[in-house]
Amino acid sequence: MGHMIIDGQRIEFGDEKNILAVIRKAGIELPTFCYHSELSVYGACRMCMIEDKWGSTMTSCSTPPKDGMEIKTNTEKLKKYRKMIIELLLANHDRDCTTCEKSGRCKLQEIALKVGVRKIRFGQGKKVMPVDDLGPSIVRNPNKCILCGDCVRACQEIQGVGVLDFAYRGSDLQVTTAFNKALHAVDCVNCGQCRVVCPTGALMIKKEIDRAYEALQNKNMRVIAQIAPAVRVAIGEEFGLEPGAISMGKIVAALRKLGFDNIFDTAVGADLTVIEEAEELMDRIQKKQNTMPLFSSCCPAWFKYAEQKHPELMENVSSCRSPQQMFGAVIKEQFKRQQKDDRQNVVVAIMPCTAKKHEAARPENSRNGIRDVDIVITTQELAIMIQENGIIFNELEEEALDMPFGFTSGAGVIFGVSGGVSEAVLRYYYKERTASTLKGISYSGIRGMEGVKEATVEIDGRQVRIGVVHGLKNAESLIKKIVNGQERFDFVEVMACPGGCIGGAGQPIPQNSDVRRKRAKGIYKADNESPIKRSEDNPAVTNLYEGILQSKREILHRHENHQN
Amino acid sequence: MIINNLEELQAFSEKSKQALNRQRKKVLVCAGTGCVAGGSLEIYDRLGQLIKERGLLADLELEHEKEGIGIKKSGCHGFCEMGPLVRIEPENYLYLKVGIEDCEDIVEKTLMRDEPVERLMFSADNHIYKAQEDIPFYHKQTRMVLKNCGSINAESFTEYVAKGGYEALRKALLEMEPMEVCQSIIDSNLRGRGGGGYPAGRKWSQVLKQNSEVKYVVCNGDEGDPGAFMDRSIMEGDPHGIIEGMIIAGYATKSTAGYIYVRAEYPLAVERLRIAIGSARKHGILGKNILNSGFSFDININKGAGAFVCGEGSALTASIEGERGMPRVKPPRTVEQGLWAKPTVLNNVETFANVPLIIKNGSDWYKGFGTENSPGTKAFAITGNVNNTGLIEVPMGTALKEVIFDIGGGIKNGKKFKAVQIGGPSGGCLTEEHLDLPLDFDSLKKVGAMIGSGGLVVMDEDTCMVEVARFFMNFTQNESCGKCVPCREGTKRMLEILENIVNGKGTLEDLDLLEELSDTISNTALCGLGKSAASPVVSTLKYFRNEYIEHVVDKKCSTHTCKALASIVIESEKCKGCSKCSRVCPVNAISGKIKEPFVINKSKCIKCGACLEACPFNAIREV
Repeated sequence: MGHMIIDGQRIEFGDEKNILAVIRKAGIELPTFCYHSELSVYGACRMCMIEDKWGSTMTSCSTPPKDGMEIKTNTEKLKKYRKMIIELLLANHDRDCTTCEKSGRCKLQEIALKVGVRKIRFGQGKKVMPVDDLGPSIVRNPNKCILCGDCVRACQEIQGVGVLDFAYRGSDLQVTTAFNKALHAVDCVNCGQCRVVCPTGALMIKKEIDRAYEALQNKNMRVIAQIAPAVRVAIGEEFGLEPGAISMGKIVAALRKLGFDNIFDTAVGADLTVIEEAEELMDRIQKKQNTMPLFSSCCPAWFKYAEQKHPELMENVSSCRSPQQMFGAVIKEQFKRQQKDDRQNVVVAIMPCTAKKHEAARPENSRNGIRDVDIVITTQELAIMIQENGIIFNELEEEALDMPFGFTSGAGVIFGVSGGVSEAVLRYYYKERTASTLKGISYSGIRGMEGVKEATVEIDGRQVRIGVVHGLKNAESLIKKIVNGQERFDFVEVMACPGGCIGGAGQPIPQNSDVRRKRAKGIYKADNESPIKRSEDNPAVTNLYEGILQSKREILHRHENHQN
Repeated sequence: MIINNLEELQAFSEKSKQALNRQRKKVLVCAGTGCVAGGSLEIYDRLGQLIKERGLLADLELEHEKEGIGIKKSGCHGFCEMGPLVRIEPENYLYLKVGIEDCEDIVEKTLMRDEPVERLMFSADNHIYKAQEDIPFYHKQTRMVLKNCGSINAESFTEYVAKGGYEALRKALLEMEPMEVCQSIIDSNLRGRGGGGYPAGRKWSQVLKQNSEVKYVVCNGDEGDPGAFMDRSIMEGDPHGIIEGMIIAGYATKSTAGYIYVRAEYPLAVERLRIAIGSARKHGILGKNILNSGFSFDININKGAGAFVCGEGSALTASIEGERGMPRVKPPRTVEQGLWAKPTVLNNVETFANVPLIIKNGSDWYKGFGTENSPGTKAFAITGNVNNTGLIEVPMGTALKEVIFDIGGGIKNGKKFKAVQIGGPSGGCLTEEHLDLPLDFDSLKKVGAMIGSGGLVVMDEDTCMVEVARFFMNFTQNESCGKCVPCREGTKRMLEILENIVNGKGTLEDLDLLEELSDTISNTALCGLGKSAASPVVSTLKYFRNEYIEHVVDKKCSTHTCKALASIVIESEKCKGCSKCSRVCPVNAISGKIKEPFVINKSKCIKCGACLEACPFNAIREV
């Protein structure tokens, strides 16, 4: 507590951990590459240097504020240093800005422009390193890396996966994987949080846009889209809308313009997941199986993490396939039955997630050699497609989803946010259809942005303990507590990305806690506006259970012989 | 045998002293890295063999009850230029450049007949210096920290105790409170010998104040400056001195364990420390309830993995933890969160080696040496174009002139002194105008240099200062951890520019760019190593700007160091046209008619110098 004098302005501070936070509070923009409020302080880019009244320079990200401290943020000296640092970074950088996908949203480019670097006095002497685009989700281009270490810390500190680290030293320093392997050959879970924090084009989403165009142009293909819940509250950011603005109707309109034949909502798949998972949980509780708790299985990054790190827990992971895969399988099955022509059905999933690309490509997600989901494009990729085709998103008239899956329940939509799966499952259990029941569930403690949430609810006279985590590092510490016997749960919902799918790596950037909070608000708003609250009340779902699923319910589950 | 308490320590010490006194003569063969490389271990073996053959009793480990001849592998005696060295006590003869063939004489004459072997002694101006202490190299030195180096068996616990070792520990543990020990170090104003010169006592008392059950003492033995080997010599020659200092630090700060981080390139130091720690444990000096004081402490050795940057405190602790050795931002400081995020005392080897002396003799005694703000002595490794290279120790504040000319014996081959690089790649160079400068923390800081760990590289008039700057920049760039932008990218670009300059491709603008880069790096780099990375360039630019200008404007290197700038010419008046030069030229750059002056085609010439050597008439020269 106290005050500081920043550039002559008196600023009060409270519990800000560093001077940088106070400076930003004062409305002064100080450029940074390696500072993220959600990651540990690294202090390597040296851009946030400030000068105290004695002329000493220090980084504001790593210095705590002191009462009465007087600092300056933009002296000639500091401006000169910042310029030199950028010039040094640019000298070593792949300078093909005009063709770089990140152009226009690249932090290096933005800051270089801001600090006024107009000329680079050094030669470009860096050797060209190979680009790793072998994996399903992320493309890593070390030539564009500025070695800020954000990805290293995101992988380490948010996910506890740690497949990226520094190697070599001096000007040979690199961010790389163990033994320089490709990302898909190490324990990367494809969550893509590395690319969320990457300031440049060094880590990018692996695009499947071209495959989507190919399918759309092929007359022998029926291209069916499914749109995940989290996409609708984020895509607008690409077009200048506020985070959390619900754009579902516009997305449908855009997809029709792009030539999609049928457009559905993945929330229907989520409804199926809710019913299947809720019954699996009840079944386990009633049988008093000692393989408790049941872990959710819908997050593919979590699923891969569990397979790699906790093979012993795989029995506890729900047998349900994810909404994307359930819905993919159902769509293919439905169209096979009702189809009158011999067009090939191609399912394109529009996802907030990079790991979904990997999930769709997993061998167990194909039946008879045909993938249930053929193409996965992220929110960002869809935005690119919209732009490439000259569609003015903001001016689109909202359009409605196609039948036979044209209904969406609120329970399905809230899958997009951490705690949503648990809440949807609880709605399924509580049969009284009153507003107060729903309110009771939402206040049970499973909503919110905390990394670990816990709730105890009563179902049929039983106390059911529910744990909700996001961030795999949080999941790991919860697992440790469960294994040690410090905690007991019946159900644990795990989402790899901060805030759940709304914070997925396929979503627009920048992403921070503020953006995620707004997106979550959008999801709950969509739930509020939905006339159907529960999964089992969705007529599309009822139709399925009375239709194709009567004989083929197994397509909703993972099968032992499919596990690899 | 465990020494359980005060009485047992006194008894052990008494017994050891008597055993040491029974050695009629002591033969100390230098077993520091330099002399070992010169074959001193073979000399040690040969001497031992000869002693036995002559029927004398060779006492290796103070193990005999009878009078004998002690033969020991000692630490570095310091006079490395003259190694392998053998010292004979009680006469204090120092034999230089001893070979296997000299052993017989040493045994016959000195050990059996008490006669010196004069041909092995230092002589100058027709004077033979018999006693080591009279040799000019030693005469002006004050060996306190290095006292045991070269005068005891570096591998013997008993001998260390016999020479008064672990008395300071006894005093601290049994007669002083932790705060008193800290106060004693504060009063002595002992400043860290690792480079920064931060008062050690202040650091200790800060750690003592930390409320933590676990605290650590870490000894930085990651000496990496080119040309510096003080810490190595202390670790090799007096390992117990460091251990004693660390245990006292542990007691003073209520720490639980110690770590010595030694670079892996110092295998002998690691080995001697390992032996010393083993015997200290065996005697109960390390372990539980040391001397029945209730204080428990143990020390582990960590070998570095070859990164210079691990000499930086936070990189060092990260390396011990098994992480990549990269400095981190501060705060928190090491005294608050050091090793494994626990309060940590981190001092370097020489600092710890000073501690027992201060505790044993008192801080007032200590302040009797050196200057007011830099008390005590400082060890330096003096190398380069100087006659007496080696390890020296002088009181802080000794003039640079004395060190280079009196102790160092002046410049080799009668050349002129040009500069001395002090403090390694983080330091700066001092020139003739600084010869009267007292060597202490503050005086050096004022002129933009630093004591650093204490490397002194002396350079003569034939040294190209631009090339010196390039050499150090190359080192820094290779050794930068790469974490922060200014150090990683800045040093790379500075090196690039310096390479251009020595290759004749530099411009005047390059000098401005060098200065701009130096300013940015010094003010924005993350750690101390980065902040000082530009120092060699800054100081050479300051004192030898004319050399830089000569390189970039005249495209000349007057010391003929930078080959790219040199050109080889044939003086037509002297050339007899013998064609020898053209025949040895590997690139056919020389042509001419026999008996007429030959000429060199500059565009073809690779400046290898073969023609220079081949010419019988001295008609070819480098310009």
